[in-house]
Amino acid sequence: MTQISINVDGVNYSDDVEPRTLLVHYLREQVGKTGTVIGCDTSNCGSCTVHLDGQSVKSCSVFAVQADGHEVTTIEGLAVDGQLHPMQQAFHENHALQCGYCTPGMIMQSIDLLNENPSPSEEEVRDGLEGNLCRCTGYQNIVKAVLSQAEGARTPSEAQGAQS
Amino acid sequence: MTVTEDRPAAEIGQARRRKEDQRLITGRTKWTDNLTLPGMLHLAMVRSPVAHGTITSIDVEEAKASPGVIAVITGRDIADEQGSLPCAWPITEDQLAPPHPSIAVDTVNFAGEIVACIVARTAAQAKDAVELVDVEYDDLPVVLDMAAAAEGGDLTHPDLGTNVSATWVFDSAEAGTGTNVEDAIQAGEIIIERTYRQQRLIPAFMEPRSIVVDPTGEQTTMWSATQIPHILKLMLALTCGISESKLRVIAPDVGGGFGGKLQVTPEEVITLVVSRRLGRPCKYTETRSESILAAHHGRDQIQHLTLSANRDGTVTGLKVELLADMGAYLGLVTPGVPILGAFMYNSIYKFPAYRFVCKNIFTNKAWTDAYRGAGRPEATFAIERIMDELAAEVGVDPMEIRERNWIKPEEFPFSTVAGMEYDTGNYEAATDKAKQLFGYDELRAEQQRRRESGDPVQLGIGVSTFTEMCGLAPSRVLGALSYAAGGWEHATVRMLPSGKVEVLTGTSPHGQGHETAWSQIVADRLGVPFDDVEVLHGDTQIAARGLDSYGSRSLVVGGMAVVAAADKVIEKAKPIAAHLLEADVDDLEFEAGKFGVRGTDASIGIGELAFAVFSAHNMPEGVEPSLDAEATYDPVNFSFPHGTHLCAVEVDTETGEAKIRDYTCVDDVGKVINPLIVEGQVHGGLVQGIAQALFEEALYDDSGTLVTGSFVDYLVPSAADMPHFTTDRTESPSTTNALGVKGVGEAGTIASTPAVVNAIVDALRHLGINDIEMPCTPHRVWSAIQSRSSGEETPAQSQNVADSGLPSHNVTVSEGPADGGDGADPNVGRADSTSTGSETNGGAA
Repeated sequence: MTQISINVDGVNYSDDVEPRTLLVHYLREQVGKTGTVIGCDTSNCGSCTVHLDGQSVKSCSVFAVQADGHEVTTIEGLAVDGQLHPMQQAFHENHALQCGYCTPGMIMQSIDLLNENPSPSEEEVRDGLEGNLCRCTGYQNIVKAVLSQAEGARTPSEAQGAQS
Repeated sequence: MTVTEDRPAAEIGQARRRKEDQRLITGRTKWTDNLTLPGMLHLAMVRSPVAHGTITSIDVEEAKASPGVIAVITGRDIADEQGSLPCAWPITEDQLAPPHPSIAVDTVNFAGEIVACIVARTAAQAKDAVELVDVEYDDLPVVLDMAAAAEGGDLTHPDLGTNVSATWVFDSAEAGTGTNVEDAIQAGEIIIERTYRQQRLIPAFMEPRSIVVDPTGEQTTMWSATQIPHILKLMLALTCGISESKLRVIAPDVGGGFGGKLQVTPEEVITLVVSRRLGRPCKYTETRSESILAAHHGRDQIQHLTLSANRDGTVTGLKVELLADMGAYLGLVTPGVPILGAFMYNSIYKFPAYRFVCKNIFTNKAWTDAYRGAGRPEATFAIERIMDELAAEVGVDPMEIRERNWIKPEEFPFSTVAGMEYDTGNYEAATDKAKQLFGYDELRAEQQRRRESGDPVQLGIGVSTFTEMCGLAPSRVLGALSYAAGGWEHATVRMLPSGKVEVLTGTSPHGQGHETAWSQIVADRLGVPFDDVEVLHGDTQIAARGLDSYGSRSLVVGGMAVVAAADKVIEKAKPIAAHLLEADVDDLEFEAGKFGVRGTDASIGIGELAFAVFSAHNMPEGVEPSLDAEATYDPVNFSFPHGTHLCAVEVDTETGEAKIRDYTCVDDVGKVINPLIVEGQVHGGLVQGIAQALFEEALYDDSGTLVTGSFVDYLVPSAADMPHFTTDRTESPSTTNALGVKGVGEAGTIASTPAVVNAIVDALRHLGINDIEMPCTPHRVWSAIQSRSSGEETPAQSQNVADSGLPSHNVTVSEGPADGGDGADPNVGRADSTSTGSETNGGAA
């Protein structure tokens, strides 16, 4: 066992973990952050995406011990005082989720995407979400939600002059 | 309808944002794997790496000694308790099926089958111990090729003496719904024969399956990531010999299903049996790799079609000879999946003669079962592909050939050659709208320009005008098809003292948004605010009766049950309202949530009435103090959504890459309750259908090992792989239910696959190519082009685009009499042919 100290969603935690413990297992099983979920075992699906010091990571690809001394933000830490993060609101407004299983990871990745590129094209949004799989929505409304939060927001339908 | 302050005039039709979203976007979710119970143990499964073998020994000693391990359970340990997993759909009286133990006892029949179960204090300890179980197998011959298996040879289940589980026939002449197909083929001026392959697919819901069982107390509770809590409860009771009233099944938040969670699984039975045996709560959550390996697969059929037509392109008959790969076992509805397609091969067309013969075949692969569309995507693909071949043969636009054959708007209701009664539809309206949005004529002109200029990137336009049968199902029809259950749905509407409304539904949503849509329906029916309606579901103790969600049935059947229950509430309220208003019942009218007395200002709101009934101080004589009502609704017919899907694909003839440039669809799903939800269902459906056309395929190697065993190899598309869709609707309300709804869950998946493949073939037809097997990977497309341009073959002779050990598509065009009607079984080695009595060259129209 190794002792680690991690700040998760604004709270400091000190815990003993096995060195092999993945960050996602630590978050779910020891901290109780079950909003972050596991969708695969090959780092393909992105369901477990969180922010590590403000940047998105797939928490299945990080050992808990690697997060020692760092800050983690999960989907559960996004809303402040009950006020949804604008990206959470955008997913709701644009019907960018159905079953909702990929949604926490998708929202965390979407925020990171706009942090990196505040005014992406539709293609850049699609490329930026490539590591996050969704089986329900066909991605169209997710892309729409992300573009609605871009600087000088415009929707893909407006961009294409098409009905969406 | 009167507008009140609280609610818009009509909730139905509003793009309400979903009630479900709040918990899902904030991570306050109840996925089964999130549950932890005191003293809970964790299960991990030992799975066979061997596709077919006899278990000669299982050594569990080392695993038992591993840290944290509480027990190691083999099939023999629970042989008396685990029963045999159920199949609810014996399609014929003489259908053959092997016993299906949850943990294999003597033999394993596919790679991935469970041979032992580890129970440990943590999930990690359980997984560690899996590696320590030593199982010895004697290999048996592995049966993988369904076409070869159908003919005999090695047996998947030697005890059955054959690989054929059942043969099911529909014949329009025998059924009295049409004429004899052999006569039609004999007389046909054009005969087209084609073989299409529906590759094996994996549902790939995002939430892996998970089960928690709590055996403490008098009643055992199971939480499961399932689409079917009610069916599961009944089937577990029957399989394990437990009284139904001792079982409670809860489907909490469930992350997608697509038919993949329409199953009674070995993992559910094992978790139940082990938990009850040990007296401790147990959890099992599969890994994605396990899910891909051993959760049921979908499709996997070989379709041999013979179509006859007049020279003007009027279809006169269709014969379908189908092989369906069951895999190693029959799951809950496995044998019925191809049968659901039997009624859809005629699609929107009105030809007079039809015959469908399906052989269900056992192989040593994971068992197949429902996957989004279940039978109908296969049928739609085949008919829409062959209609394009007919268009090429006749020398007209693919749209033209459809128009010549489809049912005209004025011909509804229409009795089909497959015995269905289509209530409404307007294929012309949907097609006109789609063509306009798509810019059909302009794209055809561009296609022509590119062909003439010899552009290395060719443009193809794919058409798919589809219909499907939804709303499973009238119970009498299911009975006629030998399905073990009915197709009704149940709902309860409760008026709470505060005036709020509680709706219990027997449907079990896993992403569809029932909480929102059912609220809209009830808000309109009872005249209460949308936010005052709460929808409860997915718990057999709360919504005790139901038949769950699949087959685009939830709204069409479950929504109608909600309507019926709400109407009963109004009926129950009427005499009480009359009593309180001191009026005659016949003078009352109910509008916008209020009972009013005609010709007066006197009225009472339904919320007010609910409190009066709760207090029960002043009830009419002999009337019970309750407004609560329940209803069970059995549909009188299926519903028949339809639509026109158009796809423009650019095919790079130098690399074989096919890229979707535009995708436009106009769907007619009848009355729309929530356009936002409908559109979302279409988008998601499109991607699953497109994924079949372009990307996804579950592949086994020669030893029966699944080689597409993770998301690295099984190509679920990402946002970057998909285009922007243009979607729109026409609306022909169903006349067989009061809401006028038709169902939308499967439409996109059913329609899109042939639209994409038709577009790819259309881009290459001038090169002499008339088929590419799915998935249309760059390699397959490139190979097809190469085989044409090599000069070794000409379009009018033969083509072979097969790879990956899959059946070849030999295509020949001959002149002379039709070679149809020999009644032979579908055979992938057999040459496809197009025969005409004219001098038309059928291969290169």
